[in-house]
Amino acid sequence: MNDMRLLQRTQGMNDIKIQANGVDVFYADNHAIKDVSVEIEDKTVTAFIGPSGCGKSTFLRCLNRMNDTIDICKVTGDILLDGEDIYDPKVDPVQLRAKVGMVFQKPNPFPKSIYDNVAYGPRIHGLAKNKAELDEIIEKSLRRGAIWDEVKDRLKQPGTGLSGGQQQRLCIARAIATEPEVLLMDEPCSALDPIATAQVEELIDELKQNYSVVIVTHSMQQAARVSQKTAFFHLGSLVEYGETGKIFTNPEDSRTESYITGRIG
Amino acid sequence: MPIFWLITGVLAIACIGYVLGHRRAMASAGGNLRRLHSLPSYYGLNVVLKSIVPALGLTILWLLLQPIFVSNAVSGMIPDNEIPFGSSRGLVMTEVVRTAKGLNQAVAAGEITEATAQNRNTSVDDLTDALKSAGAVVTSTLTAPVMTAAQAYREVSRKGYLGMSALVLLVATVGALWALRETHPDFRARNVVEQGIRALLIGAASIAVLTTLGIVLSLIFNTVEFFRLYPASDFFFGLEWAPSFSGRGGASQLGVIPLLWGTFYISIVALVVAVPVGLFAAIYLSEYATPTTRAIAKPLLEILAGIPTIVYGLFALLTVGPLLVSVFGAGGALGVNWQGGGRAVMTAGLVMGIMLIPFVSSLSDDIINAVPQALRDGSYGLGATQSETIKQVVLPAALPGIVGAILLAASRAIGETMIVVLGAGAAARLDLNPFEAMTTVTAKIVSQLTGDSDFASPEALVAFALGMTLFVLTLILNVVALYIVRTYREQYD
Amino acid sequence: MSEASTNNPAHAPKTSLLASDARTKRRETAEKRFRMYGIAAIAVGLFFLIVLAVTIVRSGLPAFTSAVVDIEFTLTEVQFDEAEGTVFKTKAYQGFFNAALAERLQAADFDVAFDEKAIERLLGKTGGTIREFFRANPDKLGEPVSFELPASSRVDGYFKGRVTRDTLVDSRFLQVSDLDIVDAMVDAGVIKTVFNWNFVTGADTGVDNPGGAGIGASVIGSFFMMLVVLVLSLPIGVAASIYLEEFAPQNRFTDLIEVNISNLAAVPSIVFGILGLAVFIQFMHLPQSAPLVGGLVLTLMTLPTIIISTRASLKAVPPSIREAALGVGASKMQTVFHHVLPLAMPGILTGTIIGLAQALGETAPLLLIGMVGFVARGYPDGVVSGFLDPNSAMPAQIYTWAARADAGFYEKAWGGIIILLLFLLAMNILAIILRRRFERRW
Repeated sequence: MNDMRLLQRTQGMNDIKIQANGVDVFYADNHAIKDVSVEIEDKTVTAFIGPSGCGKSTFLRCLNRMNDTIDICKVTGDILLDGEDIYDPKVDPVQLRAKVGMVFQKPNPFPKSIYDNVAYGPRIHGLAKNKAELDEIIEKSLRRGAIWDEVKDRLKQPGTGLSGGQQQRLCIARAIATEPEVLLMDEPCSALDPIATAQVEELIDELKQNYSVVIVTHSMQQAARVSQKTAFFHLGSLVEYGETGKIFTNPEDSRTESYITGRIG
Repeated sequence: MPIFWLITGVLAIACIGYVLGHRRAMASAGGNLRRLHSLPSYYGLNVVLKSIVPALGLTILWLLLQPIFVSNAVSGMIPDNEIPFGSSRGLVMTEVVRTAKGLNQAVAAGEITEATAQNRNTSVDDLTDALKSAGAVVTSTLTAPVMTAAQAYREVSRKGYLGMSALVLLVATVGALWALRETHPDFRARNVVEQGIRALLIGAASIAVLTTLGIVLSLIFNTVEFFRLYPASDFFFGLEWAPSFSGRGGASQLGVIPLLWGTFYISIVALVVAVPVGLFAAIYLSEYATPTTRAIAKPLLEILAGIPTIVYGLFALLTVGPLLVSVFGAGGALGVNWQGGGRAVMTAGLVMGIMLIPFVSSLSDDIINAVPQALRDGSYGLGATQSETIKQVVLPAALPGIVGAILLAASRAIGETMIVVLGAGAAARLDLNPFEAMTTVTAKIVSQLTGDSDFASPEALVAFALGMTLFVLTLILNVVALYIVRTYREQYD
Repeated sequence: MSEASTNNPAHAPKTSLLASDARTKRRETAEKRFRMYGIAAIAVGLFFLIVLAVTIVRSGLPAFTSAVVDIEFTLTEVQFDEAEGTVFKTKAYQGFFNAALAERLQAADFDVAFDEKAIERLLGKTGGTIREFFRANPDKLGEPVSFELPASSRVDGYFKGRVTRDTLVDSRFLQVSDLDIVDAMVDAGVIKTVFNWNFVTGADTGVDNPGGAGIGASVIGSFFMMLVVLVLSLPIGVAASIYLEEFAPQNRFTDLIEVNISNLAAVPSIVFGILGLAVFIQFMHLPQSAPLVGGLVLTLMTLPTIIISTRASLKAVPPSIREAALGVGASKMQTVFHHVLPLAMPGILTGTIIGLAQALGETAPLLLIGMVGFVARGYPDGVVSGFLDPNSAMPAQIYTWAARADAGFYEKAWGGIIILLLFLLAMNILAIILRRRFERRW
């Protein structure tokens, strides 16, 4: 353990934010994730890539216990956030998810106004003492979500009325508003057109200055563009994990190479 | 049962026609099936359709219209001075029809011969005696013109039925022969038969429209008749409901306001019970319950919806009413004297609420399940608890649908009859005390139409005006509710 | 963008995941409370269901038993001739019977004074039954014959706890002193409760004899009504559904039909009663109180339900089946009748049975077409009169009993409900079996 830390320090890397050790996930009898161990760094964009059904999204959802909402799903192994086991019985998933926010594949704004969408998190977590503070948080979040200029004049209009790309950026702003430490993104651009995708990618790049961002993507180009670290999943196993540049140019595992060069997946 | 034999006859013609059509088709093709346009059975079916459909259509039409024509023909035989004071020609005609039926009964019972029954010279007293000993229901003093009219009624009816039988059998035969003549190899029998069946299908689908038409027409005609006898403004704005019981008296107060008040009051009590319980049950079942709990609790709750309303009525009358009196009545457990008798707004409202619980819960359950999982995930992803997600995301999203469900439940409550007839009481009252007996529109429809008053009096006709009020109210509620629910569903489809 | 990046997120002070703060605890409590509301709501619903079930069973079961006096006595030929010779023949038989009863009670060491009037109050006039028996079976004269004679309804009520010494007011029906005789008869083993077959098979009685009232005749009435509903609503409902689901073009007429069906499904049932009264009875002069009219009204009421469920079953048949049939050259009509309809049939039948069950329990429309207030005193005579002669139906009969003043009828009403619910249960079980056995998942 100590050696590892040392190694990473010497490489000039950030602190480890999330550490997973020997994680297995079962859906009823289906063994979806097989013995995955990974370390995710702070202030870094980490990409999970791999063919469809390889378990990358499932693993992502383990990181903020979203799988709890599925009855038949069972998770074993340790996942530590800042050294604390998030599957400890004493942990309230609600508190965990306030620290580890999530953005989903399809933009899912609530059927409320844009303002109320962003205010939702701060309100339930009691982050604002008064209206002025809440207004401030919302403006800040929308600015950081790179959508403030587009919506500042229509905050009272429903969030569902925005375009797909705007909706997704609204959802990101909504996730940021709760001031999470980690942001999980499950294929955030798969439902967007290229222009909207570019906007969101630019945003992700900005976000990494403050957050640890984990992004699942099926687009290798996207992973190469936005991430510093990349993990390649195949058939439920973590095949290779390392610097993005190294994975894409000089993979160690033959399966990674096959996937990168388009022979599998 | 001449109609029974008539229909059997038509069916027999159709069967023979089928066989002949089948044979003729085969024969015309020289036994070579491939030369026929359609399968031989279609030629047979063509014959069947062309004989049965016009014949049975004619039968139904004739049966509908004959009583009207016969009544018109016979009613002229009754002189004006034979109509008793306060009665009407229509009432006397009812008497005539009843007497005619009695004569049939007497002949069937062997009290008199057919000839005696038809003979206009038979004395009225003899016939009356025969009617009485045959057990027919007749008034004691049958007058000679009524008896003569009854005899004429029988005569005309009998001729009418004979004519109908002959005509119907003729139509069936002609239809069959026509279809047989058409039968040759190039005749497109399948297309013709399918066109015919399609027309029958359209006819079946139109019955829904006809039913609505029937409801609207029967309500409108009788309501208009009622407003001729009783001023509409007094009906709509009258604060008192006090029909005279003599049935013929003109001193009735027939204001609808107290009835509407009772209806709304009871419905509101019912909704106050049913909406929270039903809604929370739906929320628990769709959001929290494990599959096993859901599989057990949901059908159990829905049993409540399958129980006939008469059971709830009896439950209100014999169980809930006395129970409430023992709590809220004089000398009851609370020591307050609020409730005088078992029948009260509370009794009916409470029981109706129980009945509506599964109605609200299964509708809301559907609606809550239609809220996309993505919205819930979004909320959980932000660290909301399950109840926060439900209260602030799921319910607001489902709100239009739930409002629709509540409106449908309200329409149910307003139209419910048996619970209020047995549980709410008979006195119309404008009062605020929910432990007081009040009555509703539906309960009064029942009591005004099952009493002894005749159908031409305002006391009976008011039931149709009440029915019209009820129909319009529930129609508005239903249309609005269905519209809301449909737009809601489309939003998430 | 630059503005965003300079604006550092104000991270809340580091908190441990393992210790929940006060706010989280509050939220957890709120969560538990909310969950409890849900459980409470379900508990309330189930509580009502249980109360209802217990009430029905407890109040209704007594209707299925009745108190009878079981006495064995011998009538000699001499006594028979003597009785036949008197003017009041049944009175004489009653005398013999009373003597036998007195002897029986005295043999069991009971010294209760009673007169003939008291026996009459307890058992009604017994002579007629005895006379008829011996006139029909003269060979039984001289042999001991055992008679089971029904006790009067108030004695019956005394047995079931409906009538007590405290609540009983002396009347010509029963006096408190008569109850001593009843107690004596109980101790002597003369009186006992037996299963009341008459309730299940019999017909209604007048307002003064709750003991003899039975539901059998109205079961027949309901049966004929359901026959009408089945014969009319199944073909019409299926035909209408086929048209709407498979053939109807998108036009105003189709819309009109659709709107009508969904509205009719929600129209209060009493309005259908008004329709039946105005159209079938006033306009078409069909007989009042006839199962045929009741069946017609219930058909119109059930049709929307059947159409809605039938359309759902037709919709569930995948389009690939239709395409396959059309692909081999079947006409649209052949496709529907040869393939779609048979595949949808289990679903259609299930829906129809559930619709019938609804119709069976419906009361309000029957009130308006005169199926109450009429006392169904006997069985219909033959099939035709089964449709046309006045009769009652189960729910209408229950309502008639509930509306009567004598509390003895309430027991019958609850008992009637048990029978009605048994029929509904049977129909629903049949529907479930059909669904389980034939349900197809595509």
